[in-house]
Amino acid sequence: MTDLPEGVQRREFDGGDEVLATRGEPSYGEPVVDGWRRWEAHRSKFGATLELGLDTGLSGGDGVLYLGAANGTTVSHVADFAGPTYAVEFAPRPVRDLLDVAEARETLFPLLKDARKPETYAHVVESGLDAIVQDVATRGQADVALANRQFLADDGRLVAAIKARSEDVTEAPEAVFERVLDELRDGYEVLATERMEPFHDDHLAVVATPE
Amino acid sequence: MTDKGWFADVDVRNPDAAGDAVRTGRADAPDDWPAVAVADGAASDEAEYYDRLRAATLAGTRAAVRERERADDQQLVHAVRAMADLSDAANEVAERAVEWAGSLFEDVEGGVEGARAVAGREPETPAEERAVALCRRAADLGDERERVREFVEAQAPAVAPNLSMLAGPVLAARLIALAGGLEELAKMPSGTVQVLGAEDALFAHLRGHAPSPKHGVIYTHEYVRGTHPDERGSASRALAGKLSIAARVDHYSGDRRPELRDELDERMERIRARDTE
Repeated sequence: MTDLPEGVQRREFDGGDEVLATRGEPSYGEPVVDGWRRWEAHRSKFGATLELGLDTGLSGGDGVLYLGAANGTTVSHVADFAGPTYAVEFAPRPVRDLLDVAEARETLFPLLKDARKPETYAHVVESGLDAIVQDVATRGQADVALANRQFLADDGRLVAAIKARSEDVTEAPEAVFERVLDELRDGYEVLATERMEPFHDDHLAVVATPE
Repeated sequence: MTDKGWFADVDVRNPDAAGDAVRTGRADAPDDWPAVAVADGAASDEAEYYDRLRAATLAGTRAAVRERERADDQQLVHAVRAMADLSDAANEVAERAVEWAGSLFEDVEGGVEGARAVAGREPETPAEERAVALCRRAADLGDERERVREFVEAQAPAVAPNLSMLAGPVLAARLIALAGGLEELAKMPSGTVQVLGAEDALFAHLRGHAPSPKHGVIYTHEYVRGTHPDERGSASRALAGKLSIAARVDHYSGDRRPELRDELDERMERIRARDTE
């Protein structure tokens, strides 16, 4: 098993198995033991990626651009262990919750923006970031990753959860993943992939670095 | 397009102005903004830069959410008006269709549900074919009305959470539609909200030949309809007051205020206690 980023630990909750946890302000009713907030891999694709043992290259204190932040469940954990964290989400309703999560943290910057249009937030999000975490449920997930590559440092990491059904609901997931990975290789070197079952059906975890 | 950061042409100490820059600005490409900002004097060090960025993104994103949700209220207005049209159309077509079907088949019941029952039959003559087809149209209109209602029920709590909590999603949407939008509703005095939908009665009163109307569409609310007629005026005044406050909270702040419901329940309990005295 690879190392978790500093600030992420496996902890025991209610005498069960050890599960991921981060330290911070509780945000959505998650169990907390000794200040450690349970990070449920079934509710978080990035959490599942760590749980599956992929080496994300994140070490703690990293600069992160999070695409598809939704209501901030996962982002709240990322901001607990990362450094400056830019959270981009397109739908206004979940951003209301994301704002509450951001209020309780020092370096989480919420942005109501479309991840397909980085020119609308390139004046805010800094370059040279350590990681892009991507979980966008739209068609053209490879295009989103490529368009946002400009924010990454040369040795930065893309950690993406590719959702097969967002690309094509009828095609076999394997075929969709092949195509998305192919498109990704236009700008990234793919370092590792892993299917996300049993945590998330028809999703592929991808770690890549700019090429 | 530009190569400047959000902090370039704005007073970074003013979160609202800085928030506007975050919300509306653009750039061709990112840069090492913390370093640029410190070099430009927009912040004394990196920590201060991030503090200011935090204030700006919170303010700007909050404003952006409010603006986008305001646009959503117009979708709700279209939907609730379509719902009323579909209701009228379904009833009118059903009335004709079941009258026709009743002359051809036994046991035809009235209304859209009656038409729906006929729509499932196998027609055997050209006349039956037309009557059954017409019944199917009436049932389809009724179905579409239900689908639009589901949309309203899902959408109203997102656009106006507090108003929907107090009025129910459909009444909330009707009030927003009658006012012309959530902002317009928020700006109305509660006395106007009280008689929204009773414009005919209100103008008759203003011309001097009718009593003032006690309520408009809020009559459909259980707190008005279920209150003794002697106390309905007080009940609708109290309800309209709380609905106005809810609409203002929804428009101006967007916070959820569950205590509004308790306050309304308490007030209604006192009003209703009067008619048993």
